[in-house]
Amino acid sequence: MTLKTLSAVSGMAIVASTAALAEPQAEVLHYWTSGGEAKSVAVLQEEFAAGGGTWTDMPVAGGGGDAAGTALRARVLAGNAPTAAQIKGPAIQEWFEEGVLADISAVAEAQNWAEVLPEAIAAHMQCDGTWCAAPVNVHRVDWIWANAEVLAANGLEMPTTWDEFNAAAETLLAAGIIPLAHGGQAWQDATVFEAVALGILGAEGFRKAFVELDMDTLTSEEMVAVFDQMRTMRGFVDSNFSGRDWNLATAMVMNGEAAFQIMGDWAKGEFIAAGKVPGEDFLCLSTPGEGFLYNVDSFAMFEVDGQDKQDGQALLAELVVGESFQEVFNLNKGSIPVRTDVSLDNFDSCAALSSADMAASNESGSLLPSYAHGMALRGAQAGAITDTVTAHFNSDMSSADAVQMLADAIANSL
Amino acid sequence: MTDMSYTASQSGSRAGKIALRWTLYLMLGLFALFYLMPLFVMVTTSFKSLDEIRTGDLISLPREVTFEAWRTAWSQACTGIQCEGVRPYFWNSVLIAIPAVLISTLIGALNGYVVAQWRFKGANLFFALMLFGCFIPFQVVLLPMARTLGLMGMAGTIPGLIFVHVIYGLGFTTLFFRNYYVSIPSELTKAAKVDGAGFFRIFWSIFLPLSLPIIVVTVIWQFTQIWNDFLFGVSFSQAGTQPVTVALNNIVNSTTGVKAYNVDMAAAIIAALPTLFVYVVAGKYFVRGLTAGSVKG
Amino acid sequence: MTKWLEEHMPKLVLAPSFIVVLIFVYGFIAWTAWVSLTRSRLLPRYEIDGFIQYDRLFASPRWDTAFTNLFVFGFLFIVIAMILGLILAILLDQNIRTEGAIRTIYLYPMALSMIVTGTAWKWILNPGLGLEATVRGWGFENFTFNWLVDPNMAIYTVVIAAIWQSSGFVMALFLAGLRSVDQEIIKAAQVDGIPTWRVYTAIIIPAMAPIFLSAFIVLSHLAIKSFDLVIALTGGGPGYATDLPATYMYTMAFSRGDIGQAASSAMIMMMVVFTIVVPYLYSELRTKDD
Repeated sequence: MTLKTLSAVSGMAIVASTAALAEPQAEVLHYWTSGGEAKSVAVLQEEFAAGGGTWTDMPVAGGGGDAAGTALRARVLAGNAPTAAQIKGPAIQEWFEEGVLADISAVAEAQNWAEVLPEAIAAHMQCDGTWCAAPVNVHRVDWIWANAEVLAANGLEMPTTWDEFNAAAETLLAAGIIPLAHGGQAWQDATVFEAVALGILGAEGFRKAFVELDMDTLTSEEMVAVFDQMRTMRGFVDSNFSGRDWNLATAMVMNGEAAFQIMGDWAKGEFIAAGKVPGEDFLCLSTPGEGFLYNVDSFAMFEVDGQDKQDGQALLAELVVGESFQEVFNLNKGSIPVRTDVSLDNFDSCAALSSADMAASNESGSLLPSYAHGMALRGAQAGAITDTVTAHFNSDMSSADAVQMLADAIANSL
Repeated sequence: MTDMSYTASQSGSRAGKIALRWTLYLMLGLFALFYLMPLFVMVTTSFKSLDEIRTGDLISLPREVTFEAWRTAWSQACTGIQCEGVRPYFWNSVLIAIPAVLISTLIGALNGYVVAQWRFKGANLFFALMLFGCFIPFQVVLLPMARTLGLMGMAGTIPGLIFVHVIYGLGFTTLFFRNYYVSIPSELTKAAKVDGAGFFRIFWSIFLPLSLPIIVVTVIWQFTQIWNDFLFGVSFSQAGTQPVTVALNNIVNSTTGVKAYNVDMAAAIIAALPTLFVYVVAGKYFVRGLTAGSVKG
Repeated sequence: MTKWLEEHMPKLVLAPSFIVVLIFVYGFIAWTAWVSLTRSRLLPRYEIDGFIQYDRLFASPRWDTAFTNLFVFGFLFIVIAMILGLILAILLDQNIRTEGAIRTIYLYPMALSMIVTGTAWKWILNPGLGLEATVRGWGFENFTFNWLVDPNMAIYTVVIAAIWQSSGFVMALFLAGLRSVDQEIIKAAQVDGIPTWRVYTAIIIPAMAPIFLSAFIVLSHLAIKSFDLVIALTGGGPGYATDLPATYMYTMAFSRGDIGQAASSAMIMMMVVFTIVVPYLYSELRTKDD
């Protein structure tokens, strides 16, 4: 398969260039540097080497890719773009519009990506009808994690509506347990906010508000209700939450200090690293409401000179979406494969649930991009929403004022 | 030495003098505690196991001391696919910092010498322009600098990083040397000129030998700035030329991975060892150099 | 020819630095000014589009916070670091036997990168983990120190950490200053029976005026560039209560793909620097020419 695609891609170039025998080369800019993440990328590097290529690693961690973004801009401006870079969401299209992305349609078509990827996710990988990025995994964002023992001791079940959640939280408060472990960083505030918004606005409302930026939805009564629920949740958080890293919040759930955490499925990695078992020590369930918020990591390929590098891009794109990598990588990372045809036998119960929900939401049209993780909107607009959400959560602003501020901030960001 | 005890011995009793001494030491000690507090947290954390940290007791002595984190930070921590700790990146930082410090110090010395001793029309304007350059926020220059480095063919290279550090260090090195040389009587230069000594001759045989203290100050300042730089390091490097701060960042700032605070802290201390070493060893000369350099008429 | 060369040597020596500064400082400022007038997003573009970015900037509540913080932070940081530095220098100048060790302790924070010391500070300042919890553990149940999590007070924790990092350096500057004041004058004053505190306020401190200026320039340089500190300590939070212009600019340029907006905030910052630094430069250079 590899050879077939490669020859398809490089067929034209072979005619033009005699250097076509050079080994595939790839310098990959990514922000996966810590233990489990790095191990996952190492898998890709091994497969790349097995395919005859040479991988040059260019990791830059920090701030969900902010620092990597800085390095990427500097390198693109310097005319020294990396072969591939980890970019996601609408940023892919933004980079495409700057005219610096390479076309990987040949690989995508040879590998039948359109068939194996969920439609909503495939759309993120396409620019102007061509394929311009390769998806790696699907993180689900709207998860609620809980300490099983704490829930049992207080006679509680996993909440399936926000009212149930509020009631459970009151019980926990009375029992002297912090209901919601939360880290007060803007992106974490936004993560909770979008889970609440999905529950209250519903899938259609969420799409209108955070994908289409429909002003009527953004200023609707339902949106006021979303901020009301955020205010309620503020009461379920301990007083020292500001600036706390998300993993310390996860640790609070593990220790039984707190009962719930709303966080993407990378939190599972923390539980498992601490030797906890899903379904026994900790529980996972999607947050109340219909829908599935995805956060898909992907690699975009940049326009580069040299047949060896272009071969590298083709090989990389093929491997990233390939079945074996999808399985191994996502087992390491805590996410689920982006392909719908990978066997989930080796995955845990939370991942299986995530995968089943993804398939169901894909059918019902409620498979939605996470705004908080840069999947739904461009940076300026997403940032404007986050500014409002975090300003509201960290003050005593009224919900009506917050909605007004939201509308102003979005208008000012366009 | 401005000595308070001098007056105390005149006016106060012996007991009063001792009490004063004790208060003095107590205050110095309390301030020392304030300065040491974060270091205490870092060092104790680096000796804890991750399990102990996870129990939530972040600010206490380790129950069990382990050197595991230090070993990991130095040679095993993952900074991407390579799991070789901060060790490989040390060399890049050395290759960047040493030439950049030397070049910017030398140019700063020459600039300061001219501005202070060879005043010509416009020299002060030059100095003002230079000094204002100290204040430009580095975030501003990232993008145009990237383009320029690209045009010069130095993008992603160590010479490119040296170049950037030299340019944005010049303001301070010129400031330091100028303020130092201003206090040297200009008669010295005049007399040497009468004796027929030229521009470089005077610099080489009169000024340079007098400059050791201010050279120490400049080198310490520049070395600290360049070694600790992250912004330029991350923007203008590529695979293979990343400095140690970028590696440190990669260890510390995981996005969605498990955080190993003990390794983070150990790595941070290791990455700071060269600058700490410079401060401890050269600290004495630092104050002496500042003494000689900063007070002028 | 040699004579001409000799005559112009000083200018020739300055020429490369002059050109470099012209291009890499002033050229880049001009570039930023240009970009601030465009609709640049992910990458810089060069079609002028008026003052839209400035309008957006002044309409942004977040910029309001960041800009106000610059003055609160800058003022407190510079004033307190100077006072503390001066006090430490005076204390340390009393024939202290362990001066070397203590001085190193005061100076070392400058050597550490804020990327990680920020984490240590975050723990210390966090009420649940650090100082507050520790002191309460000692039995002082009512001890409260929760500035880090209070949006109205959080900026002061940034001030504390910044002072921790830089005051040692200022101390070194002042210590050097104290040591270079003419000892004869001090002795004479003391023989005349003038109290020690008067000796300091009337003789020593005024003699150190140039040091105050040097300290001021180093500190304001650090204040304006404070970036790592905020990112590592508070990440700009709670909310965006501790945002500074430098972090605002960086966020806009590199995480939000809004380079035009970043450029306009950079220009405002530069204007602030200009209004502060130019009077300083003017007074400094004028006195030098006397």
